[in-house]
Amino acid sequence: MILLQLAADGLLLGAVYALFSSGLTLIWGMMNVINFAHGDFVMLAMYVAFFAATLLKLGPAIFVPLAAVLMFGFGVMVYLALVRHVMRGPMLAQIISTFGLALFLRYSALWAFSANFVSLPDRLAGGVYDLGGIRLAASHLLAGATALLLTLGLHLLLTRTDLGSRMLAVSEDRVAAALVGIRADPMQAFAWGLGGAATGVAGGLIALFFYVSPEVGNSFTLLAFVTVCLGGFGSIPGALLAGLAIGVIQSFSAYWFGPSSKDVVVFALFVALLWVRPQGLLGRA
Amino acid sequence: MTRPARAALLVGAVLLVIAPVLAGNAFYQRIAALVVLAAISASAWNVIGGYAGQVSFGHAVYFGIGAYASLLAFTKLGLPPIAGAPLGILASFVLSVIMGLPTFRLRGHYFSMATIAIAELVELLVTNWRFAGGAIGLMGPATPRSVADLLFRSALPYYGLFLVVLAILLALTWWMERSRMGFYLRALGSGERAAESLGVPIRRYKLYALLISGAFTSVAGSLYAVMIGFVDPSSGFGILVSVNMVVMAALGGAGTLFGPLVGAIILVPLAEMTNAFLGGGGAGAAYVAYGVIIMLMARYSPGGLAQWAREIRALVSGRRRRAA
Repeated sequence: MILLQLAADGLLLGAVYALFSSGLTLIWGMMNVINFAHGDFVMLAMYVAFFAATLLKLGPAIFVPLAAVLMFGFGVMVYLALVRHVMRGPMLAQIISTFGLALFLRYSALWAFSANFVSLPDRLAGGVYDLGGIRLAASHLLAGATALLLTLGLHLLLTRTDLGSRMLAVSEDRVAAALVGIRADPMQAFAWGLGGAATGVAGGLIALFFYVSPEVGNSFTLLAFVTVCLGGFGSIPGALLAGLAIGVIQSFSAYWFGPSSKDVVVFALFVALLWVRPQGLLGRA
Repeated sequence: MTRPARAALLVGAVLLVIAPVLAGNAFYQRIAALVVLAAISASAWNVIGGYAGQVSFGHAVYFGIGAYASLLAFTKLGLPPIAGAPLGILASFVLSVIMGLPTFRLRGHYFSMATIAIAELVELLVTNWRFAGGAIGLMGPATPRSVADLLFRSALPYYGLFLVVLAILLALTWWMERSRMGFYLRALGSGERAAESLGVPIRRYKLYALLISGAFTSVAGSLYAVMIGFVDPSSGFGILVSVNMVVMAALGGAGTLFGPLVGAIILVPLAEMTNAFLGGGGAGAAYVAYGVIIMLMARYSPGGLAQWAREIRALVSGRRRRAA
């Protein structure tokens, strides 16, 4: 029973990992750029949720979409102001630019909000459901289910809609896409917007039951790397499976080896993965 | 080397040697020593991150290995801390091979991502490793038992020691720049696929670069431990240790001989001053500024200040030619 309980908790958390990681994998797949500030985007969204819930007394039904909209705008802004210009530059510029952004966001947050851990009031999504002996907190259930649906939605958007086809065309071949009248720039800006929105929703959801602090983004960035690497770069179904798997792995390792080990296990898995199968479990070489 | 360049080099070297004596104030002398120490680790990072174009965000691993090797040699073996430096270098070689073999098959971003993860992993492991002091860290000798402990009240002896190490590293880099390896690394840095197709044995040379870079970063860590006499997981292995190396090299000019030194001369005093004036909150402010500097450099001047210097020189010589 305890194993089922751990698995259920892990899956619900893993769905949220899958959601923000699919934002990272989408951006990577479109333009071969890694966002080293991805976890710090999630951190910003968590603060949006925190202030919306404590200062404005809003509920998750409002602050999660609010965080999504704000982070969509932020993603587009980062693309237009920074990424678009460094993309064609040397590798060094590409890599360090979003790393600089991560530093900037993390330490601005430290300055503005102090290093204290804060959390949202419990009553926002309180209550525990008992499903045949497995006890699930309402906040986890809400976060996991929403994240799962949105990740699937993102996949459908990319594979089943006209807009998605155009984005995939750009990611296949910018020049060929341009020849059939699809301009890369708006599609890439939109991808950054979607990536931002994914972190927005995920941050808003995870803030329901996770502490909020300026440093929290660091481990989310690494979690997203592991997820994307495990699922194969650019693949959203891959990110979904990998995210769920990592949630479960974390949940079991926290139970078996103590809570401080959960990051150790995941990072070690990442390093091991780079050793044996760098293209990801589902990825192509 | 042209004559003006040689003259500038001579003036710069003389200034470096006499700078702290001119300062004549313990606070500034300490800053001067920290500048040279930061220049060592940034120049070491530069070998792999600048010349070979493999951006590491996890060089703190090497720094921490050096620092811990020194203080473990003192606390566990009773040796003077500096005696740990060779052990640190050996450990750095092992780590370079472990880290380099898998990631060097891959291009660009993978290496950067892997280095962050490895640094984070090692920091977590050391924090939980009781033998090495756990989260509390390790202390150096409180009072000097002999001169070998290298425990001085003034910062000047440290300054001299660091300057010698920096000179060795820069001389090695200078020699590397004009050797076959320098050409290989530059080819690598400007396009891996092209370099590989021209027959550059890229994995082997990336590994050589990482071995040199890691060893000197580890020495910088040992020197840090000798001077400060204390290291804990975050001051040894923390991501900010890596950040310092990246930002200094990027500001001065990654892939240039003196770029990281110039970056350190500008940024270390700035960071120390904000710390002194703003207290604990100053560190946060410095890293906000570092983030902005990195973004601006990436966006407008990926070659760092060295690129500006080249552009200004081209402008001046162009004007002179037109006048003639």
